Amino acid sequence: MSLALSVSALRKTYGSVTALHGVDLEVDEGELFGLLGPNGAGKSTLVKSACGLVRPTGGTVEVAGAPAGSERANRSMGYLAELFRFPEWCRADELLELHQRLAGSRGGASERSALLEEVGLADAAGRRVGAMSKGMQQRLGLAQALIGSPRLLLLDEPTSALDPAGRRLVRALLERLRERGVAVLLNSHLLSEVELVCDRVAIIAAGRVVAAGSPDDLSHAGGVEVETGAGVRVFARASRDEAPRIVAELVGAGEAVYGVRVLRSSLEDAYLEAVEGT
Amino acid sequence: MSLDHVRAIAGFALRESLRRRVFVVVAVLTVAFLVLYGLGAWQAFQEVDEGFGDDDLGGVEPQTVAGATFLGLAMFGTLFLGTILAVFLTLGAARGDAESGLLQPLLVRPVGRATYLVARFAGAAAICAAYVTVVFVAAAIITRVAGDWWPDRIVGPALGLAAAVALLAAVALAGSVFLASTANGIAVFMVFGAGLVAGLLGQIGEALSSDTLNTVADVSTWALPFEALYQDALAGLTADTVGFTKLAIDLGPFGGAQDAGPLLWLWVVGYLGLVCVIAARAFARRDL
Repeated sequence: MSLALSVSALRKTYGSVTALHGVDLEVDEGELFGLLGPNGAGKSTLVKSACGLVRPTGGTVEVAGAPAGSERANRSMGYLAELFRFPEWCRADELLELHQRLAGSRGGASERSALLEEVGLADAAGRRVGAMSKGMQQRLGLAQALIGSPRLLLLDEPTSALDPAGRRLVRALLERLRERGVAVLLNSHLLSEVELVCDRVAIIAAGRVVAAGSPDDLSHAGGVEVETGAGVRVFARASRDEAPRIVAELVGAGEAVYGVRVLRSSLEDAYLEAVEGT
Repeated sequence: MSLDHVRAIAGFALRESLRRRVFVVVAVLTVAFLVLYGLGAWQAFQEVDEGFGDDDLGGVEPQTVAGATFLGLAMFGTLFLGTILAVFLTLGAARGDAESGLLQPLLVRPVGRATYLVARFAGAAAICAAYVTVVFVAAAIITRVAGDWWPDRIVGPALGLAAAVALLAAVALAGSVFLASTANGIAVFMVFGAGLVAGLLGQIGEALSSDTLNTVADVSTWALPFEALYQDALAGLTADTVGFTKLAIDLGPFGGAQDAGPLLWLWVVGYLGLVCVIAARAFARRDL
């Protein structure tokens, strides 16, 4: 499988501050990749380096095999910035039309209406950006990022202004993109969201990748919880495989067992563990 | 560099100006300026007629002196309004728009940063050049109607004014790469003011026959060629006027202008290229 994004030994310094210390990262085609980390960890710098908005101090970034920032790389990707603004006077449809021209998309009106439909703004084509809520603007930003059917989508906090329904819509959209083979690098503070949709996750802290893997890999066994007649008992060091033995021992000891639950640490636990260790 | 990208971005900037009613404000101010100018010119020519009539003033033609002075004043007003327009269309084009988050969605498209700058320059320069040309020609027509006087040259001075505001738009656009919007606006108006002072120094130097003042004025004027273009345009108004009439105009506030010759246009092209190269190189290196 070819790589949608390849980051190798990426370093970035701003004056005396080092934002990234040699980051390595690969995103496969059709993969949803989550980027987690505290504020100031270097996540946005990494995303902006992939877009060509920030010039790396060292290392390389390639989008679909082309150097980041090159015309070929920019043709292959879509981007929604964390802090973006569209001109308030502009209507949704004409904003998308401008981006079609700049992206060289020949999708025309049908592409624009399909994208607005996809982000739940089908009725807002003629609405001015200034008359839209922040959440609607963020969804318009997503539609804009999808112009020209990019192979890689870089989303920097794409749901920060969305309500729960809007977040669900974006999750569904991301699932559909995966089915179409579009790779997504999702930079988000919402761990539950990343856990729900991402195939792999990298946790960045102080400019370094401190943990990476699938959400399942990163979360680990957290014990076995048994509900007995005497109350809930937690066997903190036990793994899933030990659950039948624990239940058998409890029953053998004459206790009534009403329920068993294998506990796992959440991605949040793994995140805090990884970040606090730096 | 894609011409379609240049057209798309320049067109978008133009639509922004129209929708945000920049042009409505500019149009209202311009009409007010031209009406005031018309009233002033009509009154001045009346006074000249009543004051001097057919008197022999030793070869001085009062209509010509009044007309050239008044149209020179209109030219200065037009340049000033054109400069305001140029600055407001470009002052935040790079750093300002990047700080507000407007620029990033555009630049992650397959649009080179140099293309973006060229497009913004083309849009602003076209608007400002068209604006000053229309206002200057309108002022000349008003002068003709009010006092039956027409400048010796009209196309050359109009082109000079248009080039001057285009240059100022380029300077403001280049400034937007380095400075935040407010700082850039202030800086460009200070540069504009410096150019005017250089022009005034030249006039004083001419009147006093001071080589030092003339040298300072020459160097400053060439360093800020929009001023040289303005002076050249001003000189074009009375290019064929001679004798005491010319002397009387030269003694006035809009006289003493220097015809810079064809080298000026070469220098303007070179200067514009230099400003564009500096801006493009700096913009290419800037983290957004």
